[in-house]
Amino acid sequence: MTQVVSDAPPDPRPSKPRRKPAARLPLARIAGVLAFLPLANIAFDAATGGLGVEPVETLVRRTGWWALTLLVVTLAVTPVRRLSGWNRLIQIRRPVGVIAFVYAVVHFSIYISLEQWFALSYIIEDILERPFITAGFLALCLLTPLAATSTRSSIRKLGGKRWQRLHRLIYPASLLAVLHYFWLVKADTRPPLLYAAIVITLLLLRVKLPSRAGDVSKRSKAEPAASRS
Amino acid sequence: MLIKRATDQIPSSEITPESVYMDRRQFIGRFGVGAAAMAAGAPFVGATTRSGILPPTRGRQDDELTSYEAITSYNNFYEFGVDKEDPARYAQNFKTTPWTVRVDGHVEKPGTYDLPDLLAPFTPEERVYRLRCVEAWSMVIPWQGVPLRDIINHLQPTSAARYVYFETLVDPEQMMGQRSRILEWPYREGLRMDEAMNPLTLVAVGIYGRPLLGQNGPPIRLVVPWKYGFKSIKSIVRISFVDREPQTTWNMMAPNEYGFYANVNPEVDHPRWSQARERRIGELRRRPTLMFNGYGDQVAGMYSGMDLRRNY
Repeated sequence: MTQVVSDAPPDPRPSKPRRKPAARLPLARIAGVLAFLPLANIAFDAATGGLGVEPVETLVRRTGWWALTLLVVTLAVTPVRRLSGWNRLIQIRRPVGVIAFVYAVVHFSIYISLEQWFALSYIIEDILERPFITAGFLALCLLTPLAATSTRSSIRKLGGKRWQRLHRLIYPASLLAVLHYFWLVKADTRPPLLYAAIVITLLLLRVKLPSRAGDVSKRSKAEPAASRS
Repeated sequence: MLIKRATDQIPSSEITPESVYMDRRQFIGRFGVGAAAMAAGAPFVGATTRSGILPPTRGRQDDELTSYEAITSYNNFYEFGVDKEDPARYAQNFKTTPWTVRVDGHVEKPGTYDLPDLLAPFTPEERVYRLRCVEAWSMVIPWQGVPLRDIINHLQPTSAARYVYFETLVDPEQMMGQRSRILEWPYREGLRMDEAMNPLTLVAVGIYGRPLLGQNGPPIRLVVPWKYGFKSIKSIVRISFVDREPQTTWNMMAPNEYGFYANVNPEVDHPRWSQARERRIGELRRRPTLMFNGYGDQVAGMYSGMDLRRNY
């Protein structure tokens, strides 16, 4: 599970820049590029008229779907890492999480601009009175401090433990995002229920797979590794 | 007027491309449209609007026809899947001949009618109507069809008939959406008798002068322009004259969200979203939604004294 295999990363504190230069996939970079591909695809479709006859709805749906999906990927990193023992996977967690937030911001921005044309009264009414929009907005609010503290210097400033505690906000944010999806569906609730099942499973795995003693501190030290590359 | 503008704006080539022309002739032929009209080569679009029941053009002057492409690619027809693109994709080979319609209940001429027989006595006419979906988008569609009241008068309901009830075809072989129970099949809808007899209520058989494509509910569907789109039931196989308010699909599914009446009403929000504005497909900005979708002059009288907040 969490045993350090022979080729596991060395303690990657900045003071020790000694790493084997070859044979290491730049996981964070690969994940970052992959996670941005759908956005590029959406932008391409927007530029070439490929969004169908109701382009605003398509934009909102696709960006929202990817925000939620990347949130789920972010949540999956730790359970997958623990189950597989592939510790380097931790490196993709922060970049994918940040990009999930980027999708959420694009999603919300399209809603504000193309959907509502900056009509503040309608936007406020929506946020206060429409539960599915309330849930989505709250999820975005919860994710904002996480994105804001996603730099290496923030981690250092907050300290690993506090940083980690703060970043558990992704749990309620993910649940709210799923609720946001579930409440907007008219009849076919199967896709949002699937997402709900995945998110709840990923959260339960954290209870079922309690980190071993020492794991937390190890991770809090290991976290800055993700910012490498 | 709207119709005139419509035909002005759409080049005839777009309305009846050559490849569709033969279809159109068969289509008209099926209807028994007078030979004279055919000989004169009168285009089906706008050819046969009768005086006295011209489509209303009140409301906004800026109602432009929605493109044929949009009308045939952005559809809610859950029988073929829940995504807007699904019906266009999965209803391509929807077989609608032969087609029979069962007529029953409190009516003098019950029976199972072959569709051409049911429609034979009537001359199709054109109606340009706004369509407002309960999801807050809208279109402007040039329908061809027969006023429902003409068909009803022909079928002669008895005085016991107070509502008309409709059902859509159930055929999971063709309608893949029916293989899962997203809704309770068959799709059902209903109107009060005075609503059914309102001159605006149309039984449509075509759009833009062409027979309805699979995604638009062929071969016959209802069009009730002052109500949310889900009232305009598609691919009808049953017309029943009943004495009490029938069960209707979306009302069964979520009674707090979708009422029996479902009149377009900007003041009564859907529990989950506002109905005050709508996006006309093809436009970016939302526009205000009109009471009864702008057909208040023709229909508001039917609801006088009713609390439209409770009877949503």
